[in-house]
Amino acid sequence: MRRGRPISLLKTVGVLLAKDLLIEWRTRARLNALIFFALATLLLFSFAVGPDTKVLARNAGGYLWLALLFASVLALGESFRVEQENLTLDGLRLAPADARAIFLSKALGNALLLMLLGALLIPVMVALYGVDVAMGVGPFAATVTLGCMAISAPGTVYSAIASNARARDVLLPLLLFPLIIPALLAAAKATSLVLQGDPMNQLGSWFGLLIGFNLIYWGLGFLLFPRVIED
Amino acid sequence: MSDVMKTVLQVLSAAAALTSVFLGAWLGRKWAPPGSRYNARPVLLGMTAAALGLLALGNYLGLVWTPPEREMGDVYRIIYVHVPAMWMAMLALTVNFACCVGYLLQSSWKTDALAESTAEVGLLFGGYGLVLGAIWGKPTWGTYWDWDPRLTAMAIMLVTYVAYMALRRFVEDPEKRAVWSSVVGIISFVNLPIVWFSVKWWRSLHQVQSTPKTVDPDMTLALRVNAWATLILLTLFLLHRYRIALATREAEVALPEALPTDVPGPRDNHASEVA
Repeated sequence: MRRGRPISLLKTVGVLLAKDLLIEWRTRARLNALIFFALATLLLFSFAVGPDTKVLARNAGGYLWLALLFASVLALGESFRVEQENLTLDGLRLAPADARAIFLSKALGNALLLMLLGALLIPVMVALYGVDVAMGVGPFAATVTLGCMAISAPGTVYSAIASNARARDVLLPLLLFPLIIPALLAAAKATSLVLQGDPMNQLGSWFGLLIGFNLIYWGLGFLLFPRVIED
Repeated sequence: MSDVMKTVLQVLSAAAALTSVFLGAWLGRKWAPPGSRYNARPVLLGMTAAALGLLALGNYLGLVWTPPEREMGDVYRIIYVHVPAMWMAMLALTVNFACCVGYLLQSSWKTDALAESTAEVGLLFGGYGLVLGAIWGKPTWGTYWDWDPRLTAMAIMLVTYVAYMALRRFVEDPEKRAVWSSVVGIISFVNLPIVWFSVKWWRSLHQVQSTPKTVDPDMTLALRVNAWATLILLTLFLLHRYRIALATREAEVALPEALPTDVPGPRDNHASEVA
């Protein structure tokens, strides 16, 4: 593995990210599927819970993050399946691209996709569940950004593993869901606070947890990912 | 029982357990590798006898000799099996973490086999402890399950390691399995403190849970004897599981020259129908 300087690493990340986004934009298959999957999930929650708008509004944060988490499993699984078809991952590594750059670009790409999905789901949530964003768009955007990044870092490592294993569609959620619980908890709580107001000033501690989670898993992924895709 | 007796009992049980751990490590080198001709039966029998003897003694101490607890009465006595099981689960999973880090630093089939056995035995003790905890919860809290931080974190931990074991089953190439499960093992272990804090905050923002404990020294003695006995049991389980794991690795790694060097080398990919 070539160990480039930080600048060249960042450059590689940029190139790879642009490549992934271009593929995404040209097919748009993944994004479309994700949007409709997440919408269907949000809709299903309202049927599962019943038409009581008060209950729906109170739990909206949790539903949003569950929809995002379920959608993320599809998105993450696809992100390495794209590379498998023509063995392009091997091609990238022979290019040679630093494996850590591959991790960063994939994780950033997945995070961006999830953030976009989150942004699209908010108006739907406002319409379906009758919530209003009490604390404004700024904290909400911060919550979505941190939460999506928290899902995508460990999710990228695990999807690289699962995409090569037997029963990969089962394996990814099996590995990811228990791991993601702290982030899900913090993101759902933070979203509820953002939606309903935060009289006790608890938002900061949940943001702190999300930031810590992100730092740990982006760091671990950066360190461990080269071992995952080595041959 | 006099104070001297108690000290002697503590020292003896600790010595028996530590000797067993040492013997277990020794047998792991001498007896566990496939093809070993070492006759381990006397040592194994001795360790089993020590484990059963200490368990019997510990259970006598716990069930008969210690006084009932002030608030819970006799119900609390499940602590003597519940707490050691949990301690051993944590110990095994800590060893698993060390093996995962060790494997990534220097790959060796032995490290991989030990990682496999510690995860499985840790899961066994953890599951056992969790069930015991639920049984304990029914009479004291009124329900089997409570979203208490400890319980929740433990349950999440068990699910995490079930996923680790599933990954090991789902990957056929033994070398890739070893690397990937090491990565997953490291991430899973690092996650435990985060889960702990998050669940604690999640609860504590609603209600404060505090259980200050002032424990009778006799109870500590009984708990310790039981814990040492369980440690011998853990060593025995690990030893046997490690031996099986090594044999499985050898069966998978079909090339005969691959094992003695103990470094994963190139091999054919279709050799693993065993796992």
